[in-house]
Amino acid sequence: MAVLTEEQTLLRDAAKAWLRAKSPVAALRKLRDSGNADGFDKAAWREICEMGWAGILIPEALGGSDLGYASLGLVLEETGRTLTASPLVASALAAASALLQGGSAAQQQAWLPKIASGEAIATLAVDETAHHAPERIALAAARKGDGWALTGRKLFVLDGGSADLVIVAARTSGRPGERNGVTLFLVPGNATGLTRHKLATVDSRGVADLEFADITVGKDAVLGPVDGGFDILEATLDRARAGLAAEMLGTATQAFEITLEYLKTRTQFGQLIGAFQALQHRAAKMFTEIELARSCVEAALAAIDSRANDVPALASLAKAKAGDALHLLSNEFVQMHGGIGMTDAHDAGLYLKRARAAEAAFGGSSYHRDRYARLAGY
Amino acid sequence: MAELDAFRAETRAWLDANCPPSMRTPMPEDEIAWGGRNAKFKNPDSKLWLDRMAARGWTAPTWPKQYGGGGLTRPEAKVLEEELRRIKARPALYSFGLWMLGPVLLEYANDQQKAEHLPKIVRGEIRWCQGYSEPGAGSDLASLRTRAEDKGDHFLINGQKVWTSYADQADWIFCLVRTDTTKKHEGISFVLFDMKWPGVEARPIKLISGSSPFCETFFTDVQVPKANLVGKLNGGWDIAKRLLQYERQNISSSGFGSLGGGAGLELEDIARKYVGEENGRIADADLRSRIAAHRMEAKAFALTVRRVEQEAKAGGGVGPAASILKYMAAKINQERCELMVEAMGNRALGWEGEGFSKGELQATRAWLRSKGNSIEGGTSEINLNVVAKRVLGLQDHQ
Repeated sequence: MAVLTEEQTLLRDAAKAWLRAKSPVAALRKLRDSGNADGFDKAAWREICEMGWAGILIPEALGGSDLGYASLGLVLEETGRTLTASPLVASALAAASALLQGGSAAQQQAWLPKIASGEAIATLAVDETAHHAPERIALAAARKGDGWALTGRKLFVLDGGSADLVIVAARTSGRPGERNGVTLFLVPGNATGLTRHKLATVDSRGVADLEFADITVGKDAVLGPVDGGFDILEATLDRARAGLAAEMLGTATQAFEITLEYLKTRTQFGQLIGAFQALQHRAAKMFTEIELARSCVEAALAAIDSRANDVPALASLAKAKAGDALHLLSNEFVQMHGGIGMTDAHDAGLYLKRARAAEAAFGGSSYHRDRYARLAGY
Repeated sequence: MAELDAFRAETRAWLDANCPPSMRTPMPEDEIAWGGRNAKFKNPDSKLWLDRMAARGWTAPTWPKQYGGGGLTRPEAKVLEEELRRIKARPALYSFGLWMLGPVLLEYANDQQKAEHLPKIVRGEIRWCQGYSEPGAGSDLASLRTRAEDKGDHFLINGQKVWTSYADQADWIFCLVRTDTTKKHEGISFVLFDMKWPGVEARPIKLISGSSPFCETFFTDVQVPKANLVGKLNGGWDIAKRLLQYERQNISSSGFGSLGGGAGLELEDIARKYVGEENGRIADADLRSRIAAHRMEAKAFALTVRRVEQEAKAGGGVGPAASILKYMAAKINQERCELMVEAMGNRALGWEGEGFSKGELQATRAWLRSKGNSIEGGTSEINLNVVAKRVLGLQDHQ
């Protein structure tokens, strides 16, 4: 655990206490069983916003607290422990980062206060295939009158079904695979021509496919430079990756603690199963993976806050290592619990389902290993 | 802050004037300065550099001045470390005395012992070896049987140690001996003696890598004065464990990789050279992916070492993450060596001779040597036991 300021300690403790009381894993189960299509509980989200979590990245003048990414990471780590489903990742982390990275003063003033207060939910729409591949953006934006017309599809958009604002990465020139020619657009959730298909996914979060049929937006909808949006997109994605990695670290840590507790209570062959060396060594390796992931996550968030120049490599590192740790932990959570871990009544399955969804979001470990190598020039 | 800045400026100026240029280049294994009575300096600058650093006590920056150390505060020592790293200075002295024995002498030894041994360690005058493992006491170290009989004013020592690093070149040994045969952990004492004294014999053991860094060490009626007992009689196990902590800490923070072969090249450079490139990528996609995974693991490890240091400095003591470091250091160096050999292909399978470059032969030897990393200083299995029991609180099997 990084050395925290007093303010950060208070924030983390408050988050821990509220989540345990108001949003335990049972809340996700209830959400799933109630068939909630939004993928989050509106009342809980309201409380989260009242506590200020949605404004942690946003400047004070725009209704936030400007505490930075390491602080938001502490909160996300706690929401990851309880599998709390909320628009924090899509809106307060990813979309807010895009507006902070590339938004004009007018765009920031229009949206950031609403994101901070929870009045609006925003999201980032990037992927167009089954895999995260921001380099291959194809959704077309063509000049139309004074503005632009967007046509194409975005898939697996986090909270895409309920977002009031969709930040869309589109192609204004060049070909899929080229960095140049990507432009970011702000598209309202109620835009004419936008069709949203809410998806029922394993993790019960609110994910949607979005269809853009000749959606017309003004020139003021462009975020950052025309054709030169890729740098902003990448900086935004790196912030989202590091933040999501913090959430995943929390999920992995909780899975580990529950599993460790089980090793200390379950008896077979007249022994606690945690006395068997085969399981002890696996437990020690899980602990090792989590500690390594923690170092990467904390380093990535700190690098973002201090505007260091190795943010891209550290963000990929954090996402990949948190992904590897969570992958291992979610599997061992089930295996070490035996048959009970396979039942729907046990929480292990919920952690496993969340794990794979979070691993895939903003690029899986394989994507980030490739990117880490590319960034290092091999 | 201003004081530290002044210290940095002074240090920088002194290093500029006193660190010989050849000491700012990568260090080949045969130029390591180990010190000792029979110290050999292939490069005369190594001796100059050692003597200058030792005169300031900077081979042991935080040890008290009265024992020859630098007397620096932790923040000052960090500045010195940073400035040394900035000019890529070689370590002035490699020494088990500095890394392992000194810290426990500072904690457990009496004034006379400290005054006798610490300054010689700082100056690199005496080279120490570690008498721990025995043929029947490896992972289960406390079952050691080397006997020290009480003969009034001295102990009479009989027995055998094994895996004693560089015992054939060391001047003195810190040694675990059994002073009570009726107890296990509570019957062990920690003694110091001269390898030149009658009855001591060290025989090098040839390893799979062809080198002989370890010895079998035999003791036959060695007379050791009682003044050479450190700490209490039968109280050696605590000292032994503390010293192991320093040993593992040293391995963890420096890693095993500093002399890992490959002529100072990174894995990706080696792969580019021996496998080739396509479109700016290592041509073998599978190898490239495994190299990237390894580099990321190594980075995660380096960040963890840094985090453990920061947490310790902030007053939290050594956190649980520290317990995984030796295990990870071994794993990472072994993986690095395997990938290096794989990337070099048949060129990493040479044993000696003109058919292979110096770097290639080094890589081969480093790969073979690395197999010991998960055995020496506590096996990886023992490391995992320690994590499971002490950190995770899992019980022993009944």
